[in-house]
Amino acid sequence: MMMTDRQRELLKHRIRAALAWVIACLMFFPILWMILTSFKTELQAIAVPPLFFFEPTIENYVLIEERTDYLRYAWNSVVTSFGGTLLGMLIAIPSAYAMAFNPSRRTKDILLWMLSTKMLPAVGVMMPIYLICQKLGLLDTRVALIVIYALINLPVIMLILFNYFRDIPKEILEASQIDGTSTFNEIVQIVLPLAWGGIASTALLSIVLLWNEAFWSIVLTSADAGTLVALVASFSSPEGLFWAKLSAVSTLACAPIIVFGWVTQKQLVQGLTFGAVK
Amino acid sequence: MNRVQSRLLQAPSVTLLLMWMVIPLGLTLYFSTIRYNLLYPDRTGFIGWSNYEFFYTDPAFWPAVVNTLLMVSGILTLTVVLGLAIAILIDQPFVGRGIVRVMLISPFFIMPTVNALVWKNMFMNPIYGLFASISAGLGFEPINWLSDWPLLSIVMMISWQWTPFAVLIFITSLQSQDQEQKEAALLDGAGFFSQLFNLTLPHLARPIAIVILIQLIFHLVIFAEILVTTGGGPGYQSTNLTYLIYSQALLGFDVGVASAGGVFAIILANIVAILLVRFIGKTLTVA
Repeated sequence: MMMTDRQRELLKHRIRAALAWVIACLMFFPILWMILTSFKTELQAIAVPPLFFFEPTIENYVLIEERTDYLRYAWNSVVTSFGGTLLGMLIAIPSAYAMAFNPSRRTKDILLWMLSTKMLPAVGVMMPIYLICQKLGLLDTRVALIVIYALINLPVIMLILFNYFRDIPKEILEASQIDGTSTFNEIVQIVLPLAWGGIASTALLSIVLLWNEAFWSIVLTSADAGTLVALVASFSSPEGLFWAKLSAVSTLACAPIIVFGWVTQKQLVQGLTFGAVK
Repeated sequence: MNRVQSRLLQAPSVTLLLMWMVIPLGLTLYFSTIRYNLLYPDRTGFIGWSNYEFFYTDPAFWPAVVNTLLMVSGILTLTVVLGLAIAILIDQPFVGRGIVRVMLISPFFIMPTVNALVWKNMFMNPIYGLFASISAGLGFEPINWLSDWPLLSIVMMISWQWTPFAVLIFITSLQSQDQEQKEAALLDGAGFFSQLFNLTLPHLARPIAIVILIQLIFHLVIFAEILVTTGGGPGYQSTNLTYLIYSQALLGFDVGVASAGGVFAIILANIVAILLVRFIGKTLTVA
């Protein structure tokens, strides 16, 4: 059978689309499987061969609190990731504003140096940080995590905010400067409203990164300030062989952040590549 | 805003980051040269290079170095090749492209510990795991992934998580590709591969370099995935440098040796960081 060029193109296009769908389904499958398992009983979860069709139960979600103390860990995750982000933003907004509207010869070097601190491996400074926290009585506290989280995300927040602020037309600020507004008012009344979208998505990206942070939360916390990352890590012990329970905890722990992640894709590319890919 | 005000506004972030860098770094260097074990607080004093020597002569040191490099190169190869293939595949409109994109990047937002435990239990478990059932269905012996192929297993889970990152960067970059140039090439009768090698890959050269460098920063210090799956074992088969330092600190309570190891990790990361900062510097425009 002969095909015209057009038909051949169409067929190629369909094959590519189908292939894309197959790959997307394969990549997503582990997440789907985790969600499915969370609606099984423990026995169904380890059935051989694996069950794809079963009568779903919400027992794992109903009993999650009494089985795992889920809410405390979830609250710790919320407090540390939001707190770290907020603290980081408070430090970064004035600095990024000054750099964007009053750049000097050294601004670029300062920004690059800030980014380079992000590349310092956590394990390289683990001992001093651990011992300092111990001396200050901050081991296993949310305060310690909030401060560290603000500092590890500060470079990325600075860079993205700087890029947003730089795009604000300078004339708008100059007009206000003639009116004699103070710097504080300039930031709160002019810069923040103009860059609001950028600031919100930067905050979202920071929350996503901190929510999944898995070194400091495991090293510095245990029962009191443990985050969801640490809670899930505790399932690695042999007695944690409860897959349905693990899946329910994991699904709850990951769902909000996946949604945040979808929303913040653009900032994610900028934030993770330090602005090097546009 | 005058210069003084501008400096004042920049002072908090610069000072804090400077402290965050200098204090721990200085202390790590200092600890690495003294005798400092939490179990024997009375033994102190300067001991020069001994901690480094101890760390360097640990039977796990060379395996850890080799494992670190193997893990990193395995993950980089898989994520870059798969990421390129997927990004090029979905770089055209088709039905449901938005949903495909969302599904493809989702793994990147999964917690590292969840990622590792889902793979460890539900996929790689030699009795109840999905892989075991698939091999049984095909008539093969099930593979005991984590004890027989610990490094490969970890490479697989992390690549699953990071391929979406590569895809995300590559599609972002493909969107800025010159479409007219592509159409011109098509009219001139350039085939798929000719387009790929002459237009697309050269356009992606920079993003590829960035993806490699950024992943290096993250994967030279893989930690949580090892902690919850193999615990560095069996033996030292999946111990990387980070995990070795962690276990020196945790099991040996030896601050000095762990700090000496930390200095190794910092030097290794710095080699990558210098390259990466150069790349970033080229795109960063200030004024």
